[in-house]
Amino acid sequence: MSEPVLKVENLVKYFPVRSGLLHKIVAHVKAVDKVSFDVQKGEIFGLIGESGSGKSTVAKTIVQIYNPTSGMIYFNGQNLSKLTKQTIGRFRREVQMVFQDPKSSLNPRRSVMSILEDPLIIHGIGKSRVERKRIIHTLLGQVEMSSRYMYKYPSALSGGERQRIAIARALAVNPSFLVLDEPTSALDVSVQAKLINLFLRLKKELALSYLFITHNLSLVRTIAARAGVMYLGKIYELGTMEMLFGHPVHPYTKTLIAATPVVSKEEERVKPREMSKEGEIPSPVNPPGGCAFHPRCSVAESRCSQELPSPVKVGPGHLVWCHRAEELAARAEELVALTQINGESRRTQPGGRVNT
Amino acid sequence: MEERAILDIRDLHVWFHVYEGVSRVLDGVSLYVRGGEHVGLVGETGCGKTVAMKTAMGILRSPPALFPQGQVLLAGRDVLKAAPIELLRMKGKTISMIFQDPLTALNPVFTVGQQIIDVIRFGHRWIRDDGALTKTKVRGIAMEALTSVQLPDPRRILSLYPLELSGGMRQRVLIAMALVNRPRLLIADEPGSALDVTIQAQILSLLKSLVKEAGIAVLLITHDLGVVRETVERVYIMYAGRVVEEGPTVEIFDDPKHPYTQGLLSSVPRLTGEALAEGIPGTLSDYTEAPSGCRFHPRCPQAMEKCAQQKPPMVKVSTKQHVACYLYHGGGG
Repeated sequence: MSEPVLKVENLVKYFPVRSGLLHKIVAHVKAVDKVSFDVQKGEIFGLIGESGSGKSTVAKTIVQIYNPTSGMIYFNGQNLSKLTKQTIGRFRREVQMVFQDPKSSLNPRRSVMSILEDPLIIHGIGKSRVERKRIIHTLLGQVEMSSRYMYKYPSALSGGERQRIAIARALAVNPSFLVLDEPTSALDVSVQAKLINLFLRLKKELALSYLFITHNLSLVRTIAARAGVMYLGKIYELGTMEMLFGHPVHPYTKTLIAATPVVSKEEERVKPREMSKEGEIPSPVNPPGGCAFHPRCSVAESRCSQELPSPVKVGPGHLVWCHRAEELAARAEELVALTQINGESRRTQPGGRVNT
Repeated sequence: MEERAILDIRDLHVWFHVYEGVSRVLDGVSLYVRGGEHVGLVGETGCGKTVAMKTAMGILRSPPALFPQGQVLLAGRDVLKAAPIELLRMKGKTISMIFQDPLTALNPVFTVGQQIIDVIRFGHRWIRDDGALTKTKVRGIAMEALTSVQLPDPRRILSLYPLELSGGMRQRVLIAMALVNRPRLLIADEPGSALDVTIQAQILSLLKSLVKEAGIAVLLITHDLGVVRETVERVYIMYAGRVVEEGPTVEIFDDPKHPYTQGLLSSVPRLTGEALAEGIPGTLSDYTEAPSGCRFHPRCPQAMEKCAQQKPPMVKVSTKQHVACYLYHGGGG
């Protein structure tokens, strides 16, 4: 395998919880706790998780909005903790981020022109105003908007248009990597479909790689190549789409897929039957010991509440952090075999093992 | 069907006076919910679903809203013509509601107990005329309601403030409050969209079992097509202030007829992972200058000349499915 564009190793980010007169640190929110993954060149890597899973903290740590508590992030082989004031500028040109809510990520008092001109001025792209204007013209073209929007203000734009401006702003400095944090979850599905297709086109045209963060499983399934499933600051399953959705092993992944509302019968067949119906997501300040999912897990054993599960490889590039991973994976295979014998693919696992 | 309908909206028009002129937000919406039936009202942002729901609840003030045409019948009586005090009784007896955001729907400065007890007292004073209830009796009813939504330790929850509860628990409290006076119709406005998907699934299945048990009709208002498909029996698709398609959920999802419904469904990402369609071209036009004829025609890939001229009436395309589109008038016209 070639060198990945982005490599995250044992990333940890704790936020202190302060209390009392002296603001003593009384606890830590373990937002991200030893997360490792990599993104290959030209790949869309998804991070899936519910609120509080730490997926946005991962994103913000990668773009250096937060400093990691520990762990390493490598971008094109370069260690980000070793960045100096001189080199951080170049890194910021390479990696840009698009946020969830375009309403709050765009300054309402500045025109589209001025919003898009800012990154150009900061990074010294375009010598004169005329040249910058020409660049902005191309940027608007890239996000499929007409130049007449240049003098409009965010309040005059629809949600989808605002998000296009936010994308144009990210593209202004000619990045090679975009961190997309729920970029379409504030939008209607018909608008979302257009933006997703725009992301795919831009990726091809500009040779970009994406880290795509979302809580929407169907969306990740549709656009990403590989993904990690996060729960309370940790990744619990990681693999290609065929693996995660065709042969999910971790009980949490199965619960998530089973809980996703779907619009067709074909999708119903993809859904695992077994899922945990009970329990809420615990607080990341004081997550359950051992495997954090064990209080909600239907197959938990005593060791699950005591020991942290270590990663188990259940298929090529398919990692599961579960004490019973091998057993569960084997059972899934058995089921697949059974359904094939019975000639019906309506059971838990859809038929056929995928490209091993 | 009109006889048995709890909520029957007939040809409802709602206008608003705005700076640019008259905004014709609802343009002839008709829908009904029968006793015990679970119905969905689906549409994207700005399609008028909330205006329709607010009108049905009688909470849309006039002015600014104008009701030039149409009726909203709640258990046979017109909401638009009822006096405020009469409306209060009518509503209390028949409708209750669950809102999208459980945090803003609950008052942060009162405990859960105070708020749920208010609802119970209101119910007894205005709906059933049972007279005053003793404190212990009211508390008993409140505890029972919280137990029915599977909240652990209801006694403790009664004394908590909404901020002390998680999102899922707050939504359970709201469901308890909405059902405690035994309404005949529950209007649920995006009941799970503020929640995580695993919690949403819990809330929806709880809601489903409770209303089924009590025989309560449900009008589910949402933009989430998946939630609609898994929750209701019959569905209305709204676009730009009109119902464009209506029918049994299964038929509409398996075989959508209106080009808007087709575009909407193909925009939904699938768990099976097939590539996403391009979405629907264009954007929703402003209600002050709504397109003539079919309001969808400027965005419709199959628009004909006729579509720009005349508003297409609803036609029957199968035993239970209706669509407002000229493609289905007289063998495809």
